[in-house]
Amino acid sequence: MEACEENRIFIEVKDLTYIYNRGKPGEHRALSGVNLTVNEGEFLAVVGPNGSGKSTLARHFNALLKPAGGSVVVGGMDTICPENVWEIRRQVGMVFQNPDSQIVSSLVEEDTAFGAENLGLPSEVVQQRVEEALNLTGLSQYSKHAPHMLSGGQKQRLAIAGVLVMQPSCLVLDEPSSMLDPAGRAELMETLARLNRTMNTTVILVTHIMEEAARADRVAVMSGGRIAFTGTPAEVFSEVSLLESLGLKLPAAAEIASGLRRRGCSLPEGILTIDDLVSYLTRQPY
Amino acid sequence: MLSGITMGQYIPGNSLLHRLDPRTKMFGVLAAAACILTASNWQGFALAALLTVTALMLSELPFRILLGSLKSLWILLAFTFLIQVFFTPGTVMAGLGPLKLTQEGIAAGSDLFLRLAMLILTAFLPTLTTPPIKLTAGLESMISPFKRLGVPAHELALMMTLALRFIPTLMQEAGVVVNAQRSRGAGFASGSPAKWARSLLPLFVPLFTGALRRADDMAVAMEARCYRGGAARTRMRELKFNRTDFLVLVVTLVVLGAAVALKNM
Amino acid sequence: MSSVIKIENLTHIYSTGTPFQVTSLDSISLDIEKGVFFAIIGATGSGKSTLVQHFNGLLTPTSGKVVVCDIDTADKKRRRNLWRRVGLVFQQPEQQLFEETVFDDVAFGPRNMGLDKGEVTARVNEALCLVGLDPLEAAGMSPFRLSGGMRRKAAIAGVLALKPEVLVLDEPTSGLDPQGRRLLMDLIEEFRRNTGVTIILVTHDMEEVALMAEQVAVLDKGRLIMEGKPREIFNRADELNAMGLGVPAPAELMHKLRALGKKVSADVLTTAEAEEEIARLLSLD
Repeated sequence: MEACEENRIFIEVKDLTYIYNRGKPGEHRALSGVNLTVNEGEFLAVVGPNGSGKSTLARHFNALLKPAGGSVVVGGMDTICPENVWEIRRQVGMVFQNPDSQIVSSLVEEDTAFGAENLGLPSEVVQQRVEEALNLTGLSQYSKHAPHMLSGGQKQRLAIAGVLVMQPSCLVLDEPSSMLDPAGRAELMETLARLNRTMNTTVILVTHIMEEAARADRVAVMSGGRIAFTGTPAEVFSEVSLLESLGLKLPAAAEIASGLRRRGCSLPEGILTIDDLVSYLTRQPY
Repeated sequence: MLSGITMGQYIPGNSLLHRLDPRTKMFGVLAAAACILTASNWQGFALAALLTVTALMLSELPFRILLGSLKSLWILLAFTFLIQVFFTPGTVMAGLGPLKLTQEGIAAGSDLFLRLAMLILTAFLPTLTTPPIKLTAGLESMISPFKRLGVPAHELALMMTLALRFIPTLMQEAGVVVNAQRSRGAGFASGSPAKWARSLLPLFVPLFTGALRRADDMAVAMEARCYRGGAARTRMRELKFNRTDFLVLVVTLVVLGAAVALKNM
Repeated sequence: MSSVIKIENLTHIYSTGTPFQVTSLDSISLDIEKGVFFAIIGATGSGKSTLVQHFNGLLTPTSGKVVVCDIDTADKKRRRNLWRRVGLVFQQPEQQLFEETVFDDVAFGPRNMGLDKGEVTARVNEALCLVGLDPLEAAGMSPFRLSGGMRRKAAIAGVLALKPEVLVLDEPTSGLDPQGRRLLMDLIEEFRRNTGVTIILVTHDMEEVALMAEQVAVLDKGRLIMEGKPREIFNRADELNAMGLGVPAPAELMHKLRALGKKVSADVLTTAEAEEEIARLLSLD
């Protein structure tokens, strides 16, 4: 039964094509023939160089963009049908790169409430959901603060709280940590991992930080508007030459492991994080 | 880092005035303005003064902050006072070239000075004692009856909310751009008007493109959070009149009635 | 070696005398040598950006003394020309582009210096080449039509065209992808090699510091906590972690192994060095 649950498809992308400024000067094909499925409760990382189509793909997941060709089906609903749009946006919460351009109110709790208010929920329900969302993101003590006084990591957690009030089943994050310092990044990843684990929230993380991708269940590598490769982090990060040709780096631990293998050490596959490497080395009988 | 104290900025507190519904406060200010402007004899004046002082006391704000709102407008106050003093015809007390100090002038100047001062002091009370968000909600609720006449109440309120949210951010951004261009030797004020206007381009072009980009991002982010206009929206904190509000409204109405009665005395 | 920036007991307080008073820098003393590649690291809000704005006189000390290129920044008259000698590249500098063409934007600084037309053109072309933009191709384009990475390069060229003696870069790679980061850091390193200009890099990317910096200063809540060579600094992983900074992954690996009693050197900064060290460890049996 568990296996059956694990494989329930949440998002299905088929032959997706998208063209910016179609028929106008500056026409640009951003996606060509993307196929991808995302399972319920999965943590998927999408990596690829700038301009590979990651963000364009991400914006299809909650119907901010509509396919020019092919289809995107979310929770059984086709994003092309206008009557599905609002339910899709409720179910798929989106967090963007710049925290400052997604905060609408000058008070943390008011900002968190925005999405729930848009759904037309009674004020008691809104209050309750705001409280829950701030708890889940560890921001309760800041509810009466002004957002511009928060740190970068806190602002991005506020953005997450702002979509959690809609009780989504999926979070899509578009390079959420690229403007954060290391502590902010750690806070953010911890929050995502917790939501994924405890609430079974599907997480789609667009990133170019390979250490973050290494923590996902599955990684999709994009290049030139297509999916070049998908697999577990271990599978993807063993494709050293493919990644190099795309200008992507291995996580540092994987790079060290692959260097050691070249020197003839027989390291097991799947060493992706510093902790993987440490625990392997401490098991060695030297 | 340009975030000093701005005029009339909200000062947190828990006074009676802080606890009132924003609509009550705004109605109170309108009533006070009516009393102050229509007072035509000393009784009316005394009533207006009493109302102003009572309101100020009820805010429980430090005297320094209350005076701060006057301080920011002192030029206006001084200017009107002096004009009245020197340019009202009447019994001349002293002369200084074309300027004639008259008894009537001093009376008229003091009268206008006091009225203006009381108006300013009361007008800032709502913003000093109400968080901006609540003030916006109050405004939206007060203009919403005019929706039928085509007044976009919700949109106006949303614009205010966003403006409040972005003023600190834009100030910060402006500070950065000014510093960055100064680091390349920009001078922002020199020469003829045309030259001066040209010297502001390095500041305004980045600020405008930045604001436009931000507006664009914001629109997408709001849409992503299911925003589709004000029609089906609810609010986390609905505004509610409580007993204190009714009490204050009744008192205000009585004072207003008294002011009208005094005027006709 | 003579120092190009000398800071004695610098304290900077914003909004003095208001309820919003913030001490942004607290008694900082620092010497930056001429020609060095200097990194300043610290979490958001640690005062890094405030500190570097003292380097070209945009900010002046509330108390203490800052001397840059032998100019005391308290001297109002001499401070005014410091921007010619200390180039400051702000965060996301592409957001400050304003001219109609890349050429005019890069020429903004040189023109403010009062240089003649020929010299301006020469400097613009040179600066564009330095950042890897083709003057023939890029100069006539509108900066708003360039890609994100190219816009940033054009903006940096606008500062390089000043031919500064000191180049300060405030998080120059933030928001770029790994390839873009590497390209930009390579450009900076090459520029330094060819010109000998002092580079001051403000960043929270520890890998960049490990690879490039010769000297590092660590700020936390407006105070200077550490100063030294990257190897010395990244040895103090626990303290850096507590400040929310962390250390480069290879240093973290060694730190964790040592904590578990493994005999590995703490003196490791790059993946290659880490690999070497572990190979040595594994061949001990």
